[in-house]
Amino acid sequence: MLNPWMFVGLFLIVGLLIPVAAIVLSALLAPRKPNPIKLSTYECGMETVGDSWVQFKAQYYVFALVFLIFDVETVFLFPWALALNALPFFAVVEGIVFILILIAGLSFAWRKGMLEWV
Amino acid sequence: MDWMLLLEWVIKSFVLSLILLGGFAYLTWFERKVLARFQVRIGPNRAGPYALLQPIADAVKLIFKEEFTPARAEKILFFLAPIVTVVPALVVAAVVPWGPDIQIGSYTLRLYIADISVGVLYITAITSIAVYGITLAGWSSNNKYALMGGLRSSAQMVSYELALGFCFVIAILMSGSMRPIDIVDAQRNGWFFLIQPAGAFVFLIATLAEVNRAPFDMPEAEQELAAGFHSEYSGMKFALFFMAEYTKMITISSIAVTLFFGGYLGPFVDQLPFLGPIYMLAKIVALLFFMVWVRATLPRIRYDRLMAFGWKVLLPLTLALVLITAVGILLAQEVNPNLIWITPVISAFAGFFAIGLVDRSLRRKAYAAR
Amino acid sequence: MTMDLMGFILVALIAIATAIGMLYSRNAVYAALFLVLNFVSVAIFYLMLGAPFVALSQVTVYAGAIMVLFLFVIMLLGAEKLPPAEVLPWQRPLAFVLALLLFIEGIYWLSVKAGTTAQIASPDATIGTMDAVRSMSMMLFQEYLLPFEVTSILLLIAMIGAIVLTKRVDKKGGQA
Repeated sequence: MLNPWMFVGLFLIVGLLIPVAAIVLSALLAPRKPNPIKLSTYECGMETVGDSWVQFKAQYYVFALVFLIFDVETVFLFPWALALNALPFFAVVEGIVFILILIAGLSFAWRKGMLEWV
Repeated sequence: MDWMLLLEWVIKSFVLSLILLGGFAYLTWFERKVLARFQVRIGPNRAGPYALLQPIADAVKLIFKEEFTPARAEKILFFLAPIVTVVPALVVAAVVPWGPDIQIGSYTLRLYIADISVGVLYITAITSIAVYGITLAGWSSNNKYALMGGLRSSAQMVSYELALGFCFVIAILMSGSMRPIDIVDAQRNGWFFLIQPAGAFVFLIATLAEVNRAPFDMPEAEQELAAGFHSEYSGMKFALFFMAEYTKMITISSIAVTLFFGGYLGPFVDQLPFLGPIYMLAKIVALLFFMVWVRATLPRIRYDRLMAFGWKVLLPLTLALVLITAVGILLAQEVNPNLIWITPVISAFAGFFAIGLVDRSLRRKAYAAR
Repeated sequence: MTMDLMGFILVALIAIATAIGMLYSRNAVYAALFLVLNFVSVAIFYLMLGAPFVALSQVTVYAGAIMVLFLFVIMLLGAEKLPPAEVLPWQRPLAFVLALLLFIEGIYWLSVKAGTTAQIASPDATIGTMDAVRSMSMMLFQEYLLPFEVTSILLLIAMIGAIVLTKRVDKKGGQA
């Protein structure tokens, strides 16, 4: 069971300890005198109106959607790139076709103005 | 025996984390000094010789700073967000080999935390998780500037992650492995930077966007968004965001060195293995200097242009580079090994073509026509 | 083996707890975050089965991309605070019946398969080697080449679908 992933897990725990320790340390040592003005939301001196959880531009969503598709493509290309010199010619060409199909998709998105930040 | 091994790795984890932390502290010093030089100032010069104690003074100050949680924030996530931001920045360093194995008597010191067969994929996985910290910090503050900043930086990070991912594909293509150690080994006959200069350069650009550094530090653009996602953070929690940014600079530079600049390789490293970490460090410092240099030189990019640059320039360019590299490798393998040098020529050409296109789109006439 | 089993039970409990947490969070952002944790614990299952590639793909694609998309949607729509759920009258009985069916199916398959597939090779031997990943990619690009290519078409269709759908919203809503 002592495989490299255990070491990653250990490192993760150590990595978690450090920020937690920092926060605890400063919570113990730092002064703490809250008052309502101090704890109000900082929006450059303006009185805050309502929650900030309001509707935002849909553009973020569109980018996240296209990102998702290309992210899946990246993951698929990893094994292809890995075995490139061992793969038969046909499979290599298939990988290239895979990239070309997604380039076509990207150019379609571009033509339709989806990559425009309006 | 198992417990000894476990203990060894716990110590190693602590040492690496502490090195990264120390690196973070002195990177702030380095940046301030170098930036000052660029701006014909002296920079910090009070605390100790060459202000070498400045990072310690800063740390002590930050520990004793009062810190408050805005009354309207989401308390739990507000507390968790800095931790979620710091941890991936540290943990991604687990797969980076810092040097060759060092023999001390019968004991072999391995200079990495984990030798993972899918190391490169591990890096992509962790960088994709790293988006959450910043998004949540922005959202949990319940502050409009913070939310905008958080959303912007996460959209920017995912956009440039694609370019980064395809640069990983290029490195895998050239080495035929996803193990960082194999990737370093494959560069004995020439750094991948030489075979794929455009890819390495794109990687460095995407790296800057990934760590929200100038000129891509839009999320923190103070003129429009106050301090962006960490507007509401103070004291130690703010320091953790600061720490995450600088640790990420170090770790991602070490990844860039591993993938494109020969890792720990250098002259005589086989005879004297302890030179490995020194070479690694030197290369990392060089890349960090490059990052600071960029910050001193380039103005911030407007957000719509930033996204356009990521999606319309870097993404198609890296896709083209993947194809070029694949074809070059196949030609070298099937026809003549020297044909591999077609790759740098064509990819440099592609890179200059992309630069030309960007340049043309920025001309005043092109702007007026729009 | 007991070590593996303990690890499995621990991660399984985390997976179940996060799933329940997701169902019961009133705040959509918390629900999404519980789902992320759930995906990560599923990824740990894959790791335990000796499939690091699948595990990390799971983290990259599900936890890293799909959930970012979800979070964006939640944050963009301002849909964090859900109103008290409106339960359709037939929803609960239906859910109960379906859950029961799933449970019975699980029991059935367990009882059928328990005897035959007890021999699973320990993943530890191959987990650290490059060969496992390489043979996986060879398999993907030789035996499963057609599904792979279909995937690329599927991704293309997904992209076109996304574009068409968001375009229509644009026209109706004017400035997005």
